[in-house]
Amino acid sequence: MSLLDFARGPGMHWALIILLVGIVWRVLGTLFLAAEKDYSAARQSGVWPGIRAILRRFWPHSEFVKPTLFHLVAGYTLHIGLFVVIFLFAPHILWFADLLGLPAWANLPNNLIMLAGALTAASLVAFVLRRMTHPVMRRISGFDDYASNIVTLLPVVTGLLAFAHTPIAPYQTLLGLHLLSVELLFVWIPLSKLAHALFFIPSRFQLGAALGRRGVKV
Amino acid sequence: MSNDDINGKSTATVSTDMTLGEQMRARGVSRRSFLKYCAAMASMMALSPSMVPRIAAALEKARKPSVIWLSFQECTGCTESLTRSHTPTVEGLIFDSISLDYHHTLQAASGFGAEEAREEAMKAHYGKYLLVVDGSIPMKDDGVYSTIAGITNLAMLKEAAAGAAAIVSVGTCAAYGGLPMANPNPTGAVAVSDIIKDKPIINVPGCPPIPVVITGVLAHFLTFGLPELDDLGRPTAFYGQNIHDRCYRRPFYERGQFAETFDDEGAKKGWCLYKLGCKGPVTYNACATTKWNQGTSFPIESGHGCIGCSEPKFWDQGGFYRALSEGKLGTVEGLAAAAGIGAAIGIGSALLGRSGQAGPQAEIKAKLDKDLEAQK
Repeated sequence: MSLLDFARGPGMHWALIILLVGIVWRVLGTLFLAAEKDYSAARQSGVWPGIRAILRRFWPHSEFVKPTLFHLVAGYTLHIGLFVVIFLFAPHILWFADLLGLPAWANLPNNLIMLAGALTAASLVAFVLRRMTHPVMRRISGFDDYASNIVTLLPVVTGLLAFAHTPIAPYQTLLGLHLLSVELLFVWIPLSKLAHALFFIPSRFQLGAALGRRGVKV
Repeated sequence: MSNDDINGKSTATVSTDMTLGEQMRARGVSRRSFLKYCAAMASMMALSPSMVPRIAAALEKARKPSVIWLSFQECTGCTESLTRSHTPTVEGLIFDSISLDYHHTLQAASGFGAEEAREEAMKAHYGKYLLVVDGSIPMKDDGVYSTIAGITNLAMLKEAAAGAAAIVSVGTCAAYGGLPMANPNPTGAVAVSDIIKDKPIINVPGCPPIPVVITGVLAHFLTFGLPELDDLGRPTAFYGQNIHDRCYRRPFYERGQFAETFDDEGAKKGWCLYKLGCKGPVTYNACATTKWNQGTSFPIESGHGCIGCSEPKFWDQGGFYRALSEGKLGTVEGLAAAAGIGAAIGIGSALLGRSGQAGPQAEIKAKLDKDLEAQK
Protein backbone atom coordinates (compact mmCIF):
# COMPACT_ATOMS: atom_id res chain seq x y z
CA MET A 1 0.00 0.00 0.00
CA SER A 2 1.43 3.36 -1.02
CA LEU A 3 1.61 6.39 1.25
CA LEU A 4 -1.21 8.04 -0.69
CA ASP A 5 -3.37 4.90 -0.57
CA PHE A 6 -2.92 4.72 3.19
CA ALA A 7 -3.59 8.43 3.67
CA ARG A 8 -6.71 8.40 1.47
CA GLY A 9 -8.04 5.14 2.89
CA PRO A 10 -7.46 3.67 6.36
CA GLY A 11 -5.51 6.68 7.64
CA MET A 12 -8.33 9.10 6.88
CA HIS A 13 -10.96 6.64 8.08
CA TRP A 14 -9.36 6.20 11.50
CA ALA A 15 -8.59 9.89 11.85
CA LEU A 16 -12.26 10.70 11.24
CA ILE A 17 -13.32 8.06 13.75
CA ILE A 18 -11.02 9.52 16.42
CA LEU A 19 -12.21 13.04 15.57
CA LEU A 20 -15.83 12.02 15.89
CA VAL A 21 -15.32 10.11 19.14
CA GLY A 22 -13.40 13.08 20.54
CA ILE A 23 -15.93 15.69 19.49
CA VAL A 24 -18.97 13.82 20.77
CA TRP A 25 -17.17 12.88 23.99
CA ARG A 26 -16.04 16.42 24.78
CA VAL A 27 -19.25 18.19 23.78
CA LEU A 28 -21.63 15.80 25.53
CA GLY A 29 -19.25 15.44 28.47
CA THR A 30 -19.40 19.20 28.97
CA LEU A 31 -23.10 19.66 28.27
CA PHE A 32 -24.12 16.94 30.71
CA LEU A 33 -22.08 18.32 33.57
CA ALA A 34 -24.28 19.69 36.32
CA ALA A 35 -24.41 23.47 36.22
CA GLU A 36 -23.46 25.25 39.42
CA LYS A 37 -26.62 26.39 41.16
CA ASP A 38 -27.03 30.13 41.47
CA TYR A 39 -29.16 30.89 44.53
CA SER A 40 -29.35 34.64 43.91
CA ALA A 41 -32.41 36.20 42.31
CA ALA A 42 -31.93 36.89 38.56
CA ARG A 43 -31.86 40.61 37.70
CA GLN A 44 -32.68 39.78 34.07
CA SER A 45 -32.88 36.82 31.73
CA GLY A 46 -29.46 35.53 30.67
CA VAL A 47 -30.51 34.58 27.13
CA TRP A 48 -30.06 37.90 25.38
CA PRO A 49 -26.79 38.81 27.16
CA GLY A 50 -25.56 35.33 26.22
CA ILE A 51 -26.32 35.88 22.53
CA ARG A 52 -24.88 39.40 22.71
CA ALA A 53 -21.67 38.01 24.23
CA ILE A 54 -21.27 35.59 21.33
CA LEU A 55 -21.38 38.46 18.83
CA ARG A 56 -19.73 41.21 20.89
CA ARG A 57 -16.57 39.24 21.50
CA PHE A 58 -15.75 38.98 17.85
CA TRP A 59 -14.19 42.42 18.31
CA PRO A 60 -12.46 43.83 21.42
CA HIS A 61 -13.59 46.94 23.27
CA SER A 62 -12.01 50.05 21.80
CA GLU A 63 -9.42 50.47 24.57
CA PHE A 64 -8.10 46.97 23.85
CA VAL A 65 -7.80 47.30 20.09
CA LYS A 66 -4.32 48.80 20.10
CA PRO A 67 -2.77 46.50 22.72
CA THR A 68 -4.16 43.40 20.96
CA LEU A 69 -3.59 44.62 17.41
CA PHE A 70 -1.15 41.80 16.54
CA HIS A 71 -3.53 39.09 17.67
CA LEU A 72 -6.43 40.86 16.03
CA VAL A 73 -4.79 41.12 12.61
CA ALA A 74 -2.95 37.79 12.65
CA GLY A 75 -5.91 36.02 14.24
CA TYR A 76 -8.42 37.24 11.68
CA THR A 77 -6.00 36.58 8.80
CA LEU A 78 -5.46 33.05 10.07
CA HIS A 79 -9.11 32.23 10.60
CA ILE A 80 -10.45 33.82 7.41
CA GLY A 81 -7.58 32.28 5.46
CA LEU A 82 -8.30 28.86 6.87
CA PHE A 83 -11.99 29.23 6.06
CA VAL A 84 -11.24 30.20 2.45
CA VAL A 85 -8.69 27.44 1.94
CA ILE A 86 -10.72 24.71 3.62
CA PHE A 87 -14.18 25.50 2.35
CA LEU A 88 -13.71 27.29 -0.98
CA PHE A 89 -10.99 25.23 -2.74
CA ALA A 90 -12.59 22.91 -5.31
CA PRO A 91 -10.88 19.63 -4.28
CA HIS A 92 -11.71 20.30 -0.60
CA ILE A 93 -15.33 21.06 -1.47
CA LEU A 94 -15.57 17.73 -3.27
CA TRP A 95 -14.12 15.96 -0.24
CA PHE A 96 -16.66 17.54 2.12
CA ALA A 97 -19.55 17.04 -0.30
CA ASP A 98 -18.64 13.38 -0.69
CA LEU A 99 -18.21 12.83 3.05
CA LEU A 100 -21.42 14.62 4.06
CA GLY A 101 -23.52 13.57 1.07
CA LEU A 102 -24.13 17.19 0.07
CA PRO A 103 -24.08 18.80 -3.38
CA ALA A 104 -20.81 20.62 -4.08
CA TRP A 105 -20.90 24.37 -3.60
CA ALA A 106 -19.18 27.15 -5.58
CA ASN A 107 -15.40 27.37 -5.43
CA LEU A 108 -12.89 30.21 -5.78
CA PRO A 109 -10.13 30.42 -8.42
CA ASN A 110 -6.89 28.79 -7.38
CA ASN A 111 -4.82 31.98 -7.30
CA LEU A 112 -7.05 33.38 -4.53
CA ILE A 113 -6.80 30.08 -2.64
CA MET A 114 -3.01 30.23 -2.98
CA LEU A 115 -2.99 33.79 -1.62
CA ALA A 116 -5.23 32.83 1.30
CA GLY A 117 -3.04 29.79 2.02
CA ALA A 118 0.15 31.86 1.98
CA LEU A 119 -1.36 34.48 4.33
CA THR A 120 -2.61 31.73 6.65
CA ALA A 121 0.81 30.08 6.78
CA ALA A 122 2.49 33.45 7.37
CA SER A 123 0.17 34.32 10.25
CA LEU A 124 0.71 30.90 11.87
CA VAL A 125 4.48 31.31 11.62
CA ALA A 126 4.12 34.81 13.09
CA PHE A 127 2.14 33.37 16.02
CA VAL A 128 4.84 30.79 16.74
CA LEU A 129 7.62 33.40 16.53
CA ARG A 130 5.71 35.77 18.81
CA ARG A 131 5.19 33.00 21.35
CA MET A 132 8.94 32.37 21.30
CA THR A 133 10.03 36.00 21.53
CA HIS A 134 7.39 38.02 23.41
CA PRO A 135 8.28 37.94 27.16
CA VAL A 136 4.70 37.51 28.36
CA MET A 137 3.61 35.15 25.59
CA ARG A 138 6.66 33.00 26.20
CA ARG A 139 5.74 32.57 29.86
CA ILE A 140 2.12 31.69 29.27
CA SER A 141 2.71 29.38 26.29
CA GLY A 142 2.89 25.66 26.86
CA PHE A 143 3.29 22.52 24.74
CA ASP A 144 -0.36 22.60 23.69
CA ASP A 145 -0.02 26.12 22.30
CA TYR A 146 3.06 25.39 20.20
CA ALA A 147 1.81 21.98 19.11
CA SER A 148 -1.59 23.36 18.10
CA ASN A 149 0.07 26.11 16.04
CA ILE A 150 2.36 23.66 14.27
CA VAL A 151 -0.27 20.96 13.74
CA THR A 152 -2.44 23.63 12.08
CA LEU A 153 0.48 24.93 10.04
CA LEU A 154 1.51 21.53 8.62
CA PRO A 155 -1.57 20.91 6.42
CA VAL A 156 -1.33 24.46 5.07
CA VAL A 157 2.34 24.13 4.14
CA THR A 158 2.03 20.61 2.69
CA GLY A 159 -1.12 21.69 0.86
CA LEU A 160 0.69 24.63 -0.74
CA LEU A 161 3.60 22.38 -1.72
CA ALA A 162 1.27 19.80 -3.26
CA PHE A 163 -0.87 22.44 -4.93
CA ALA A 164 2.18 23.92 -6.65
CA HIS A 165 3.45 20.46 -7.71
CA THR A 166 6.71 21.46 -6.05
CA PRO A 167 9.43 19.27 -7.58
CA ILE A 168 10.97 18.31 -4.22
CA ALA A 169 8.94 15.09 -4.31
CA PRO A 170 6.42 13.39 -6.59
CA TYR A 171 2.94 14.87 -6.39
CA GLN A 172 1.56 11.64 -4.88
CA THR A 173 4.04 11.89 -2.01
CA LEU A 174 3.21 15.53 -1.33
CA LEU A 175 -0.51 14.79 -1.49
CA GLY A 176 -0.02 11.82 0.85
CA LEU A 177 1.90 14.00 3.32
CA HIS A 178 -0.80 16.67 3.09
CA LEU A 179 -3.51 14.14 3.90
CA LEU A 180 -1.47 12.67 6.76
CA SER A 181 -0.98 16.14 8.24
CA VAL A 182 -4.74 16.73 7.98
CA GLU A 183 -5.29 13.42 9.77
CA LEU A 184 -2.92 14.51 12.53
CA LEU A 185 -4.95 17.71 12.84
CA PHE A 186 -8.19 15.71 13.08
CA VAL A 187 -6.77 13.62 15.90
CA TRP A 188 -5.33 16.66 17.68
CA ILE A 189 -8.47 18.85 17.55
CA PRO A 190 -10.51 17.21 20.32
CA LEU A 191 -7.47 16.63 22.53
CA SER A 192 -6.10 20.15 22.55
CA LYS A 193 -6.84 23.87 22.63
CA LEU A 194 -7.97 23.53 19.03
CA ALA A 195 -11.20 22.26 20.61
CA HIS A 196 -12.02 25.96 20.99
CA ALA A 197 -13.60 25.49 17.57
CA LEU A 198 -16.27 23.42 19.35
CA PHE A 199 -16.54 25.44 22.53
CA PHE A 200 -16.11 29.11 21.74
CA ILE A 201 -19.77 29.76 21.00
CA PRO A 202 -21.32 27.84 23.96
CA SER A 203 -18.70 29.18 26.38
CA ARG A 204 -19.23 32.76 25.24
CA PHE A 205 -22.96 32.27 25.69
CA GLN A 206 -22.53 30.67 29.11
CA LEU A 207 -20.34 33.50 30.37
CA GLY A 208 -22.54 36.21 28.83
CA ALA A 209 -25.67 34.64 30.32
CA ALA A 210 -24.13 34.30 33.79
CA LEU A 211 -22.93 37.90 33.79
CA GLY A 212 -26.21 39.18 32.34
CA ARG A 213 -28.20 37.36 35.00
CA ARG A 214 -26.27 39.32 37.63
CA GLY A 215 -27.01 42.58 35.82
CA VAL A 216 -23.65 43.14 34.19
CA LYS A 217 -23.76 44.94 30.85
CA VAL A 218 -22.17 42.56 28.34
CA MET B 1 23.20 -3.78 -12.97
CA SER B 2 24.85 -0.82 -14.68
CA ASN B 3 23.88 0.57 -18.04
CA ASP B 4 27.25 -0.52 -19.39
CA ASP B 5 26.42 -4.10 -18.49
CA ILE B 6 23.11 -3.75 -20.21
CA ASN B 7 24.71 -2.06 -23.19
CA GLY B 8 27.07 -4.94 -23.43
CA LYS B 9 24.22 -7.36 -23.49
CA SER B 10 21.97 -5.35 -25.76
CA THR B 11 24.59 -4.79 -28.41
CA ALA B 12 25.28 -8.48 -28.35
CA THR B 13 21.68 -9.40 -29.17
CA VAL B 14 22.28 -10.63 -32.67
CA SER B 15 20.27 -13.09 -34.63
CA THR B 16 20.89 -12.31 -38.29
CA ASP B 17 23.82 -11.07 -40.32
CA MET B 18 22.14 -7.88 -41.55
CA THR B 19 22.20 -4.68 -39.57
CA LEU B 20 19.04 -2.62 -39.19
CA GLY B 21 20.41 -0.06 -41.64
CA GLU B 22 21.01 -2.73 -44.25
CA GLN B 23 17.58 -4.21 -43.68
CA MET B 24 15.87 -0.83 -44.02
CA ARG B 25 17.68 -0.05 -47.25
CA ALA B 26 16.72 -3.49 -48.52
CA ARG B 27 13.12 -2.69 -47.69
CA GLY B 28 13.31 0.62 -49.54
CA VAL B 29 13.13 2.95 -46.52
CA SER B 30 14.74 6.22 -47.54
CA ARG B 31 17.57 7.82 -45.58
CA ARG B 32 15.35 10.87 -45.10
CA SER B 33 12.53 8.78 -43.54
CA PHE B 34 15.03 7.01 -41.34
CA LEU B 35 16.53 10.28 -40.05
CA LYS B 36 13.05 11.72 -39.49
CA TYR B 37 12.29 8.69 -37.34
CA CYS B 38 15.56 9.17 -35.41
CA ALA B 39 14.73 12.87 -34.85
CA ALA B 40 11.26 11.94 -33.60
CA MET B 41 12.80 9.40 -31.22
CA ALA B 42 15.29 11.98 -29.90
CA SER B 43 12.50 14.48 -29.39
CA MET B 44 10.31 11.94 -27.61
CA MET B 45 13.11 10.85 -25.33
CA ALA B 46 13.87 14.51 -24.53
CA LEU B 47 17.37 14.21 -25.99
CA SER B 48 19.14 17.11 -27.65
CA PRO B 49 19.07 17.34 -31.48
CA SER B 50 22.79 16.63 -31.45
CA MET B 51 21.94 13.08 -30.40
CA VAL B 52 20.07 12.37 -33.65
CA PRO B 53 23.21 11.33 -35.59
CA ARG B 54 24.21 9.09 -32.68
CA ILE B 55 20.81 7.43 -32.66
CA ALA B 56 20.98 6.99 -36.42
CA ALA B 57 24.50 5.57 -36.26
CA ALA B 58 23.60 3.20 -33.44
CA LEU B 59 20.43 2.02 -35.16
CA GLU B 60 22.28 1.60 -38.45
CA LYS B 61 24.77 -0.71 -36.81
CA ALA B 62 22.34 -2.52 -34.52
CA ARG B 63 21.72 -6.08 -35.53
CA LYS B 64 18.34 -7.64 -35.62
CA PRO B 65 17.72 -8.68 -32.05
CA SER B 66 15.77 -11.76 -31.17
CA VAL B 67 12.61 -10.86 -29.29
CA ILE B 68 10.37 -13.32 -27.52
CA TRP B 69 6.99 -11.89 -26.64
CA LEU B 70 5.02 -13.78 -24.00
CA SER B 71 1.36 -12.97 -23.45
CA PHE B 72 0.01 -14.11 -20.12
CA GLN B 73 -3.09 -13.03 -18.21
CA GLU B 74 -4.04 -10.18 -20.57
CA CYS B 75 -6.65 -8.94 -23.01
CA THR B 76 -4.38 -8.51 -26.07
CA GLY B 77 -5.03 -4.77 -25.88
CA CYS B 78 -1.29 -4.10 -25.71
CA THR B 79 -0.69 -6.03 -28.93
CA GLU B 80 -3.70 -4.33 -30.51
CA SER B 81 -2.23 -0.96 -29.54
CA LEU B 82 1.12 -1.89 -31.03
CA THR B 83 -0.34 -3.11 -34.31
CA ARG B 84 -2.36 0.11 -34.69
CA SER B 85 0.91 1.94 -35.18
CA HIS B 86 2.09 -0.33 -37.95
CA THR B 87 0.59 0.42 -41.26
CA PRO B 88 2.30 3.52 -42.62
CA THR B 89 4.88 4.38 -39.98
CA VAL B 90 8.61 4.00 -39.96
CA GLU B 91 8.56 2.87 -36.35
CA GLY B 92 6.41 0.01 -37.56
CA LEU B 93 9.18 -1.03 -39.90
CA ILE B 94 11.72 -0.75 -37.14
CA PHE B 95 9.60 -3.07 -35.08
CA ASP B 96 9.27 -5.32 -38.09
CA SER B 97 13.04 -5.38 -38.26
CA ILE B 98 13.51 -7.09 -35.01
CA SER B 99 13.36 -10.85 -35.06
CA LEU B 100 10.06 -11.45 -33.34
CA ASP B 101 10.61 -15.15 -32.79
CA TYR B 102 7.54 -15.79 -30.68
CA HIS B 103 4.31 -13.86 -30.25
CA HIS B 104 1.27 -16.06 -30.09
CA THR B 105 -1.08 -13.45 -31.53
CA LEU B 106 1.08 -12.23 -34.40
CA GLN B 107 2.92 -15.36 -35.45
CA ALA B 108 1.68 -17.59 -38.24
CA ALA B 109 2.70 -20.80 -36.51
CA SER B 110 0.39 -22.44 -34.02
CA GLY B 111 0.25 -25.42 -31.71
CA PHE B 112 3.42 -27.43 -31.21
CA GLY B 113 5.14 -25.58 -34.05
CA ALA B 114 4.78 -22.29 -32.22
CA GLU B 115 6.16 -23.66 -28.98
CA GLU B 116 9.05 -25.25 -30.84
CA ALA B 117 9.87 -21.86 -32.36
CA ARG B 118 9.99 -20.34 -28.87
CA GLU B 119 12.20 -23.08 -27.54
CA GLU B 120 14.53 -22.88 -30.53
CA ALA B 121 14.84 -19.11 -30.25
CA MET B 122 15.57 -19.35 -26.54
CA LYS B 123 18.21 -21.96 -27.15
CA ALA B 124 19.83 -20.20 -30.10
CA HIS B 125 20.05 -16.80 -28.41
CA TYR B 126 20.40 -17.83 -24.80
CA GLY B 127 21.52 -14.89 -22.69
CA LYS B 128 21.01 -12.43 -25.58
CA TYR B 129 17.34 -12.20 -26.46
CA LEU B 130 14.96 -9.51 -25.31
CA LEU B 131 11.95 -10.86 -23.46
CA VAL B 132 8.76 -8.83 -23.81
CA VAL B 133 5.88 -9.75 -21.50
CA ASP B 134 2.32 -8.52 -21.50
CA GLY B 135 -0.19 -9.72 -18.94
CA SER B 136 0.12 -10.59 -15.28
CA ILE B 137 1.05 -13.98 -13.87
CA PRO B 138 -1.46 -15.93 -11.75
CA MET B 139 0.16 -17.49 -8.69
CA LYS B 140 -2.81 -19.01 -6.87
CA ASP B 141 -3.18 -22.81 -6.98
CA ASP B 142 0.25 -23.20 -8.62
CA GLY B 143 -0.68 -20.86 -11.45
CA VAL B 144 -3.28 -23.12 -13.09
CA TYR B 145 -5.53 -20.18 -14.05
CA SER B 146 -3.51 -19.37 -17.17
CA THR B 147 -1.54 -21.84 -19.20
CA ILE B 148 -0.08 -21.95 -22.71
CA ALA B 149 0.46 -25.36 -24.30
CA GLY B 150 -0.12 -26.85 -20.88
CA ILE B 151 2.67 -24.78 -19.33
CA THR B 152 1.72 -22.35 -16.58
CA ASN B 153 2.59 -18.70 -17.13
CA LEU B 154 4.77 -18.85 -14.03
CA ALA B 155 6.85 -21.74 -15.36
CA MET B 156 7.13 -20.22 -18.84
CA LEU B 157 8.19 -16.83 -17.47
CA LYS B 158 10.87 -18.33 -15.24
CA GLU B 159 12.23 -20.46 -18.08
CA ALA B 160 12.24 -17.61 -20.62
CA ALA B 161 13.62 -15.04 -18.16
CA ALA B 162 16.60 -17.24 -17.34
CA GLY B 163 18.09 -16.71 -20.80
CA ALA B 164 16.96 -13.13 -21.41
CA ALA B 165 19.31 -10.15 -21.64
CA ALA B 166 16.54 -7.93 -20.31
CA ILE B 167 12.79 -7.92 -19.87
CA VAL B 168 10.29 -5.35 -21.06
CA SER B 169 6.98 -5.52 -19.19
CA VAL B 170 4.49 -4.07 -21.64
CA GLY B 171 1.19 -2.90 -20.22
CA THR B 172 0.07 -2.32 -16.66
CA CYS B 173 -0.78 -6.00 -16.12
CA ALA B 174 2.81 -7.13 -16.70
CA ALA B 175 4.29 -4.06 -15.04
CA TYR B 176 2.11 -3.86 -11.90
CA GLY B 177 -0.48 -6.64 -11.99
CA GLY B 178 -3.17 -4.46 -13.61
CA LEU B 179 -6.77 -5.52 -13.92
CA PRO B 180 -6.23 -9.23 -13.06
CA MET B 181 -4.70 -8.11 -9.75
CA ALA B 182 -7.62 -5.80 -8.96
CA ASN B 183 -9.47 -6.53 -5.76
CA PRO B 184 -10.27 -9.35 -4.94
CA ASN B 185 -7.55 -10.74 -7.26
CA PRO B 186 -9.12 -14.20 -7.63
CA THR B 187 -6.14 -15.73 -9.46
CA GLY B 188 -3.43 -14.31 -7.18
CA ALA B 189 -2.06 -12.27 -10.11
CA VAL B 190 1.31 -10.56 -9.75
CA ALA B 191 3.63 -8.44 -11.90
CA VAL B 192 6.74 -9.73 -13.68
CA SER B 193 8.95 -7.84 -11.23
CA ASP B 194 7.34 -9.70 -8.33
CA ILE B 195 8.79 -12.95 -9.70
CA ILE B 196 11.96 -12.09 -11.59
CA LYS B 197 14.57 -10.39 -9.44
CA ASP B 198 17.85 -11.02 -11.27
CA LYS B 199 17.25 -9.38 -14.65
CA PRO B 200 16.89 -5.74 -15.68
CA ILE B 201 13.18 -5.01 -16.15
CA ILE B 202 11.80 -2.02 -18.03
CA ASN B 203 8.16 -1.31 -17.22
CA VAL B 204 6.10 0.18 -20.07
CA PRO B 205 2.73 0.51 -18.33
CA GLY B 206 -0.54 1.73 -19.74
CA CYS B 207 -3.83 0.09 -20.50
CA PRO B 208 -2.67 -0.14 -23.21
CA PRO B 209 0.66 1.69 -23.52
CA ILE B 210 1.04 4.25 -26.30
CA PRO B 211 2.29 2.41 -29.44
CA VAL B 212 5.11 4.83 -30.09
CA VAL B 213 6.23 4.50 -26.47
CA ILE B 214 6.53 0.72 -26.87
CA THR B 215 8.59 1.07 -30.05
CA GLY B 216 10.48 4.02 -28.55
CA VAL B 217 11.57 1.97 -25.55
CA LEU B 218 12.71 -0.83 -27.87
CA ALA B 219 14.60 1.70 -30.02
CA HIS B 220 16.24 3.15 -26.91
CA PHE B 221 17.25 -0.31 -25.77
CA LEU B 222 18.79 -1.02 -29.20
CA THR B 223 20.68 2.27 -29.34
CA PHE B 224 21.66 3.15 -25.77
CA GLY B 225 20.77 0.08 -23.71
CA LEU B 226 18.67 0.29 -20.59
CA PRO B 227 16.95 3.70 -20.34
CA GLU B 228 16.88 5.80 -17.19
CA LEU B 229 13.99 4.52 -15.05
CA ASP B 230 11.85 6.14 -12.38
CA ASP B 231 11.05 4.59 -9.00
CA LEU B 232 8.35 2.46 -10.63
CA GLY B 233 10.72 1.08 -13.25
CA ARG B 234 9.36 3.25 -16.09
CA PRO B 235 11.57 5.06 -18.63
CA THR B 236 11.63 8.68 -17.52
CA ALA B 237 11.84 9.81 -21.13
CA PHE B 238 8.22 8.74 -21.59
CA TYR B 239 6.85 8.62 -18.06
CA GLY B 240 8.64 11.61 -16.53
CA GLN B 241 5.82 14.03 -17.24
CA ASN B 242 2.71 14.46 -15.17
CA ILE B 243 -0.51 14.46 -17.22
CA HIS B 244 -1.93 17.34 -15.14
CA ASP B 245 1.21 19.43 -15.68
CA ARG B 246 1.03 18.90 -19.44
CA CYS B 247 -2.74 19.09 -19.80
CA TYR B 248 -4.06 21.78 -22.14
CA ARG B 249 -7.07 22.14 -19.78
CA ARG B 250 -4.83 23.10 -16.85
CA PRO B 251 -5.67 26.85 -17.10
CA PHE B 252 -9.31 25.99 -16.38
CA TYR B 253 -8.27 24.07 -13.29
CA GLU B 254 -6.35 27.11 -12.09
CA ARG B 255 -9.33 29.37 -12.73
CA GLY B 256 -11.58 26.97 -10.85
CA GLN B 257 -13.70 26.24 -13.94
CA PHE B 258 -14.86 22.64 -14.02
CA ALA B 259 -17.22 20.49 -16.07
CA GLU B 260 -19.80 19.15 -13.60
CA THR B 261 -21.29 16.59 -16.00
CA PHE B 262 -20.24 15.21 -19.37
CA ASP B 263 -22.80 17.30 -21.23
CA ASP B 264 -23.01 20.59 -19.36
CA GLU B 265 -21.79 23.98 -20.50
CA GLY B 266 -18.42 23.43 -18.82
CA ALA B 267 -17.90 20.19 -20.75
CA LYS B 268 -18.85 21.90 -24.01
CA LYS B 269 -16.41 24.71 -23.28
CA GLY B 270 -13.59 22.26 -22.59
CA TRP B 271 -13.21 23.06 -18.90
CA CYS B 272 -11.24 20.93 -16.48
CA LEU B 273 -12.49 17.36 -15.86
CA TYR B 274 -11.20 17.09 -12.27
CA LYS B 275 -14.69 16.93 -10.77
CA LEU B 276 -15.58 14.14 -13.22
CA GLY B 277 -12.83 11.95 -11.82
CA CYS B 278 -9.76 12.86 -13.91
CA LYS B 279 -6.67 11.25 -12.37
CA GLY B 280 -4.24 13.40 -14.36
CA PRO B 281 -2.63 14.94 -11.24
CA VAL B 282 -1.35 11.54 -10.06
CA THR B 283 -0.59 10.00 -13.44
CA TYR B 284 2.73 9.93 -15.29
CA ASN B 285 2.58 9.10 -18.98
CA ALA B 286 3.23 10.60 -22.41
CA CYS B 287 -0.45 10.83 -23.45
CA ALA B 288 -0.65 14.63 -23.23
CA THR B 289 2.51 15.10 -25.32
CA THR B 290 2.77 12.13 -27.69
CA LYS B 291 -0.99 11.58 -27.92
CA TRP B 292 -2.73 8.65 -29.57
CA ASN B 293 -3.73 7.60 -33.07
CA GLN B 294 -0.74 9.23 -34.72
CA GLY B 295 -0.93 12.37 -32.64
CA THR B 296 -4.65 12.92 -33.09
CA SER B 297 -5.68 13.38 -29.45
CA PHE B 298 -5.69 11.80 -26.02
CA PRO B 299 -8.53 10.88 -23.67
CA ILE B 300 -8.82 14.30 -21.97
CA GLU B 301 -8.89 15.96 -25.38
CA SER B 302 -11.75 13.64 -26.28
CA GLY B 303 -13.72 14.80 -23.25
CA HIS B 304 -13.01 12.01 -20.76
CA GLY B 305 -10.84 12.30 -17.68
CA CYS B 306 -7.59 10.38 -17.36
CA ILE B 307 -8.14 7.07 -15.55
CA GLY B 308 -4.50 6.82 -14.48
CA CYS B 309 -3.92 3.56 -16.34
CA SER B 310 -0.12 3.75 -16.20
CA GLU B 311 -0.12 3.76 -12.39
CA PRO B 312 -0.09 0.73 -10.10
CA LYS B 313 -3.52 -0.39 -8.83
CA PHE B 314 -5.32 2.17 -10.98
CA TRP B 315 -8.36 -0.09 -10.98
CA ASP B 316 -8.73 0.10 -7.20
CA GLN B 317 -8.51 3.85 -6.69
CA GLY B 318 -12.11 4.38 -5.63
CA GLY B 319 -13.77 4.72 -9.05
CA PHE B 320 -12.96 6.37 -12.37
CA TYR B 321 -15.70 8.98 -11.94
CA ARG B 322 -14.94 9.95 -8.35
CA ALA B 323 -12.87 13.10 -8.01
CA LEU B 324 -9.34 12.52 -6.83
CA SER B 325 -9.94 14.41 -3.60
CA GLU B 326 -13.00 12.38 -2.68
CA GLY B 327 -12.15 9.95 0.08
CA LYS B 328 -11.54 6.25 -0.16
CA LEU B 329 -13.18 5.65 3.18
CA GLY B 330 -14.57 2.40 4.49
CA THR B 331 -18.17 1.92 5.44
CA VAL B 332 -20.16 4.49 7.40
CA GLU B 333 -20.72 1.95 10.17
CA GLY B 334 -17.30 2.81 11.57
CA LEU B 335 -18.20 6.49 11.80
CA ALA B 336 -21.61 5.72 13.31
CA ALA B 337 -19.96 3.50 15.89
CA ALA B 338 -17.49 6.31 16.61
CA ALA B 339 -20.36 8.70 17.36
CA GLY B 340 -21.91 6.11 19.68
CA ILE B 341 -18.64 5.47 21.51
CA GLY B 342 -18.05 9.21 21.87
CA ALA B 343 -21.56 9.72 23.25
CA ALA B 344 -21.13 6.88 25.74
CA ILE B 345 -17.77 8.19 26.99
CA GLY B 346 -19.02 11.79 27.13
CA ILE B 347 -22.27 11.13 28.95
CA GLY B 348 -20.59 8.58 31.20
CA SER B 349 -17.83 10.97 32.22
CA ALA B 350 -20.36 13.78 32.78
CA LEU B 351 -22.51 11.59 35.02
CA LEU B 352 -19.43 10.57 36.94
CA GLY B 353 -18.63 14.25 37.35
CA ARG B 354 -22.15 14.92 38.56
CA SER B 355 -21.97 12.26 41.21
CA GLY B 356 -18.70 13.81 42.33
CA GLN B 357 -20.36 17.24 42.45
CA ALA B 358 -23.40 16.07 44.43
CA GLY B 359 -21.58 15.75 47.74
CA PRO B 360 -19.86 19.17 47.79
CA GLN B 361 -23.04 20.91 46.54
CA ALA B 362 -25.10 19.31 49.30
CA GLU B 363 -22.52 20.52 51.81
CA ILE B 364 -22.72 24.09 50.45
CA LYS B 365 -26.53 24.02 50.60
CA ALA B 366 -26.48 22.68 54.15
CA LYS B 367 -24.04 25.42 55.19
CA LEU B 368 -26.19 28.10 53.56
CA ASP B 369 -29.32 26.75 55.26
CA LYS B 370 -27.49 26.72 58.60
CA ASP B 371 -26.30 30.32 58.14
CA LEU B 372 -29.84 31.44 57.26
CA GLU B 373 -31.17 29.67 60.32
CA ALA B 374 -28.55 31.34 62.51
CA GLN B 375 -29.46 34.80 61.13
CA LYS B 376 -33.09 34.23 62.03
